[in-house]
Amino acid sequence: MKKLKSFPDKGKKAKKGKKNREFAVVTYSFLGAFLCLMGYFVYFQFVESEQFINSPYNKRQELFTRNVIRGEIYSADGVTLAETLVDEQGNETRSYPYGRIFSHVIGYSTRGRSGVEEMANFSLLRSNLFYVEKAVSQIKGEKSPGDSVTTTLDYDVQLCAFDALGRYDGAVVVMEPKTGKILAMVSKPDFDPNTIASDWDEIVGEEGESSALLNRATQGLYPPGSTFKIFTTLAYIRQNSDYEDYSYQCTGKFTHENKTIHCHGNKRHGTQTLKEAFANSCNSAYASLGLELDIAEFGEMCDGLLFNTGLPTTFESSKSSFVLSEEDLASAVMETSIGQGKTLVTPLHMALITSAIANDGVLMTPYVIDHTTDNEGNPVEQYEPKEYQTLFTAEEAAILKEYMQAVVEEGTASKLSNDVYDVYGKTGSAEFSSSSDSSHSWFVGYAHQEGREDIAVAVIVEDSGVGSEYAVPIAREIFDEYYIGEE
Amino acid sequence: MTNLIVEISKYLMAVLFACYTYECFAVFRGRLNEEQKNRIFRRQTVFMYLIHLDAYLVIYAVTDNVMTIAFYVFQVIFMAVTISCYHLVYPGASRLLVNNMCMLLVTGFIMLTRLSFEKAVRQCLIALAAMVATLVIPFLIRRVHFVRRLTWLYAVAGIGTLLLVAAFGATSYGAKLSLSIAGISIQPSEFIKIIFVFFVAGMLYEKTDFRQVCITTVIAAVHVLILVASRDLGGALIFFVTYLLMLYVATRKIFYLAGGVLAGSIAAVVAYYLFAHVRVRVLAWSDPLGVIENEGFQISQSLFAIGTGGWFGMGLYQGMPEKIPVVEQDFMFSAISEEMGGIFALCLLMVCVSCFLMFLNVAMQMKEQFYKLVALGLGIVYGFQVFLTVGGVTKFIPSTGVTLPLVSYGGSSLLATMIVFAIIQGLYILRQDEGKSNGTKRTKRKKTGFDEKIEELS
Repeated sequence: MKKLKSFPDKGKKAKKGKKNREFAVVTYSFLGAFLCLMGYFVYFQFVESEQFINSPYNKRQELFTRNVIRGEIYSADGVTLAETLVDEQGNETRSYPYGRIFSHVIGYSTRGRSGVEEMANFSLLRSNLFYVEKAVSQIKGEKSPGDSVTTTLDYDVQLCAFDALGRYDGAVVVMEPKTGKILAMVSKPDFDPNTIASDWDEIVGEEGESSALLNRATQGLYPPGSTFKIFTTLAYIRQNSDYEDYSYQCTGKFTHENKTIHCHGNKRHGTQTLKEAFANSCNSAYASLGLELDIAEFGEMCDGLLFNTGLPTTFESSKSSFVLSEEDLASAVMETSIGQGKTLVTPLHMALITSAIANDGVLMTPYVIDHTTDNEGNPVEQYEPKEYQTLFTAEEAAILKEYMQAVVEEGTASKLSNDVYDVYGKTGSAEFSSSSDSSHSWFVGYAHQEGREDIAVAVIVEDSGVGSEYAVPIAREIFDEYYIGEE
Repeated sequence: MTNLIVEISKYLMAVLFACYTYECFAVFRGRLNEEQKNRIFRRQTVFMYLIHLDAYLVIYAVTDNVMTIAFYVFQVIFMAVTISCYHLVYPGASRLLVNNMCMLLVTGFIMLTRLSFEKAVRQCLIALAAMVATLVIPFLIRRVHFVRRLTWLYAVAGIGTLLLVAAFGATSYGAKLSLSIAGISIQPSEFIKIIFVFFVAGMLYEKTDFRQVCITTVIAAVHVLILVASRDLGGALIFFVTYLLMLYVATRKIFYLAGGVLAGSIAAVVAYYLFAHVRVRVLAWSDPLGVIENEGFQISQSLFAIGTGGWFGMGLYQGMPEKIPVVEQDFMFSAISEEMGGIFALCLLMVCVSCFLMFLNVAMQMKEQFYKLVALGLGIVYGFQVFLTVGGVTKFIPSTGVTLPLVSYGGSSLLATMIVFAIIQGLYILRQDEGKSNGTKRTKRKKTGFDEKIEELS
């Protein structure tokens, strides 16, 4: 302790100091607590507050529109996807030059918010001008320009996917396995974000029966059909180290306990190894193989592969479900093994699984916002690729790659075979109604070309037919667009 | 034009309040003579009037309501009379405490006017009545010496009233807090805090043997348990901590403090598993956004307000403080932070800390153990309440639903806090009398105790 002054009654003073020791303890304890509180307050303002300001529940974000002109949204190649136009009277209009093409992924901000408009709302409404500049323009009653957001979306790939899906309902997700960048995301039916506010009642429908606002790429739940054989195969490999010796005699159908599973078109595949059964999408082989699996382990494996859990994305997304249990009948096991039954997946989920396989088992967190810049183009925030989780071992990924390559080279996706790039994938035809013959057409897979990044796609074409007929050509167009381009 | 006033004012008010707050602590530094200190206090008053004027300028500019001008003039007279009254009637009173009391009241009036003009007027009238009523307290402290002998009366009155509230009280937000008498709703626990401090001081100022400690602890525990049963967690916590620290200081045994902290921790864990409403508070604290639909709604709204306001705030009337449930009572700090800014809010907290230091300083300066304990107890009640409310609304600690003294809306809290301030003023004046009776004390150390405090604490 510092002695400040010496007084004649120093002795008495010291005694009094000692007498007050407990008071000092209390005072300093409180002072310490208050200092921590203030420190926390400062920390909150500088660091933690962003998470709260950014929350979609924070109605106060609307207040920023009074002082800030909403920023632009760009594609990765610099195409303006959303901008705010201000006329001479100062009226603002949010404009989406490519309208429906980006409807779900970019979203809207004129009646509620969705897509990137929602995710990046805070950045778009935040002006990174210096405090003084901001204060000056506020005092002058002028609006400051908000930050701009550059997405990972590739304009050409998005346009190609949009056109390729054509008049069908369905969804396409294209991403870069190595980084998690989403290159394209299409969902149909779609809407025009330019006029959504005035079209709202029409789009939502009288009883909300229209689902145009639903982003099928992330929220649509579909039976996976044969694409699920990726999971069944992995379960078999994990549970049987001698999977290479697997052999099945296919007669076009498989019957067990009064339940019969047919191969597509009752085709007899003959003797099938596991790899051949996968390449030819032999339902009989998988139905019988499913009965050999330990169902509890199968379920655990699926839970580890993003079933029954939220996907690592800031898009509004649905949970894929896998509900098979040991109590279920053999018929349910057989159906589930070939991707029917109660299993449901989202297209994004399938794209993530495919990406992880392409990336040697490691799933990167998918992202669509690459970076933000202030109105002078100076970087504000940059998103770096992040590992999310290792879903497969490198060996498992290698085996699945080999199997998926066989699908393209000698199996159901031979239409994708070409000299420019290699494709690895799995087709699927998901029956969604017991009363109708039609099915959803699936393709999930990725392509590789030396010197270029791999890209993974998940395509679902609703109510069309078999995967090889409808989904595969769409994937082909996307791969061609990406690796070959316009020439 | 309105926009201009709002925008400039938010920066101006933050700067003025920062200056005011600086002066609060500037008096702590170095050896200042009487004249220098008085100059500081005069400057503080000027800052206060400027903030007040600026705020009501904004309020008038935005609302265009002439009544706000009348209300403003009324408040200015009120503050001027209060400050000069204390100056004239009690020349020995702490001018820092008077200033701080007025500053906190004015801040409360400003924010309340913005939130609800009627509530602000009501609050102001209660403050006026309370000021008149409490002006006599410092005088009584000097003259009435039998207060220390009414120990058991305090216990009976305290427990009796708490039981009454527990039995007949009206329930609000899950807790039984208030009694309705002739149409006026009062929160007795605000006043019982003061009585409780007197009770503990009365029990422990002479004897601190084991038997005495046991009896006191049992009575204190009864207070706390009744409050727990009424689900007034914040109240129970304040009583518990106040008792524990007073016991520690009175007995000077760290053993009691350690034992109390241990018992308190166990009780907290038990309460967590026993009471759903405790779990709700903890859940809302740990992940407010995860449970925003229900449990975390209030605290999330508060954090949205503080976060969105940022350092300089949105400006008066430019935010959405009304989105926070019970904003005028439990969440005044968030509303102030949202519209007047984080800097302003931080200064507000520091002014509260300055008051707390003054309370504890008086406790150290007093000679008679009874008064020392009273000042200590009241200081803890005040300081802990500030900590709970500010910590709660900023998610530093789980929210306990207590009010910010002098700033939050509510007559009982306001009157009780003003009584506390008046008692401390009384003790402050009394301390100088003690000093005089010693005869040898240096006159220059009369006015404030800060310099002496520096010597003891540094």
